[in-house]
Amino acid sequence: MVNKQTMHTEEDIWRILENVCDPEVPVLTIQDLGIIRKIKMQDSHSIEITITPTYSGCPAMNTISTQIRMELAAHGFTHITILEELSPAWTTDWMTEKGKEKLSAFGITPPQYTTKNNPREWDAIIPCPRCYSTKTELISQFGSTACKALYKCLDCLEPFDYFKCH
Amino acid sequence: MNSNLLNYVLQLADNGLIYGHRLSEWCGHGPILEVDMALSNIALDSIGAARSFYQYAASIEGNGKTEDSYPYLREVTDFKNALILELPNGGFADTIARSFFFDAFQFHFYTALCHSTDKQIAGIAEKSLKEVTYHLRFSSEWVIRLGDGTEESKQKIQAAIENIWTYPGELFEPSVEEKALMLEGIAPDITLLKSSWNDTVARTLEEATLQFPMSKADAWHHSGGKKGIHTEYLGFILAEMQHLQRVYPGCEW
Ligand SMILES: [Zn+2]
Repeated sequence: MVNKQTMHTEEDIWRILENVCDPEVPVLTIQDLGIIRKIKMQDSHSIEITITPTYSGCPAMNTISTQIRMELAAHGFTHITILEELSPAWTTDWMTEKGKEKLSAFGITPPQYTTKNNPREWDAIIPCPRCYSTKTELISQFGSTACKALYKCLDCLEPFDYFKCH
Repeated sequence: MNSNLLNYVLQLADNGLIYGHRLSEWCGHGPILEVDMALSNIALDSIGAARSFYQYAASIEGNGKTEDSYPYLREVTDFKNALILELPNGGFADTIARSFFFDAFQFHFYTALCHSTDKQIAGIAEKSLKEVTYHLRFSSEWVIRLGDGTEESKQKIQAAIENIWTYPGELFEPSVEEKALMLEGIAPDITLLKSSWNDTVARTLEEATLQFPMSKADAWHHSGGKKGIHTEYLGFILAEMQHLQRVYPGCEW
């Protein structure tokens, strides 16, 4: 029994999955978001990926699952299982520093706090992603997607999205 | 198959679905853009939690059931949602009053549900609690803003609260199936949540300078949802929601 296909290492899989981005915030990969919890390879054809959904109703999750399947299929996997793990619940604390930098450059203010020390909104300092002013105000807890809140900069007067600390 | 568990999980799912469905009717009709987006976001969260429960129900029941079998192919009398959730949206103040009462319940309920001995239920609760916390903050802020706002907004939210007051009582009545699960630690004892709910509601209404219908607090209330006895409104919701699957069974797009 000779298996001609080279066996991927777990590290390879992490690299492969770096091609999968959040369809709503395309600068972020699913690893930046901390969505992938576990990778379990049975053999060169079978793999099990455990992911955690961000928000319960996030429509991006279906697309993300499909994209994971497509990437893995392109690398020779024929038996792909995607498991959803709800607990511990996803938190922005799992977002990578690299992810936060990319968000900022994209014009979305990344989470400024960890869930452990997240102040109430009137005490939180949320800088404007354009002019970096900290004189900003909350317009709505619910922005263009469930994960974002809507703010307005009081200096440059531009509205902007804040990726909520969740 | 644990039929008590299936019944209970469907109860939780139906609450999420019907609440989310009613809120989604605001999409494109919100009084201002930010409110429109907020209500749609909350609807999505709620329907998302419902999906998790329906998926779990399907895995309990087996028998070829999927998450779609329950919302699309059951009759009115099979639905177990609370009556308060199927009431028409009314005006913005009516929707806010309903949301506020229900979000306050969900907050205390999910807090307790996180300790369920059923791992799947506890997991869904843990995830949803983070979202429900935002929902309650949103609806509480609007109760305060309307109550402490103009003469007209105050009168509208006060009337909305009085109108819906006979509905939340049902939320604290366990079903027979639920009582059995309480003994196993799967379902929390909802009768114990009433006083924390009262506190949350009273605190916000006071800040909103509104009258708390305290005298009516333990008065008669509507009930029946958990047993499948619904108001006429649910039938209309399902007629719209299920139309496509009934006319073209199994259709996908
Ligand atoms: Zn600015």
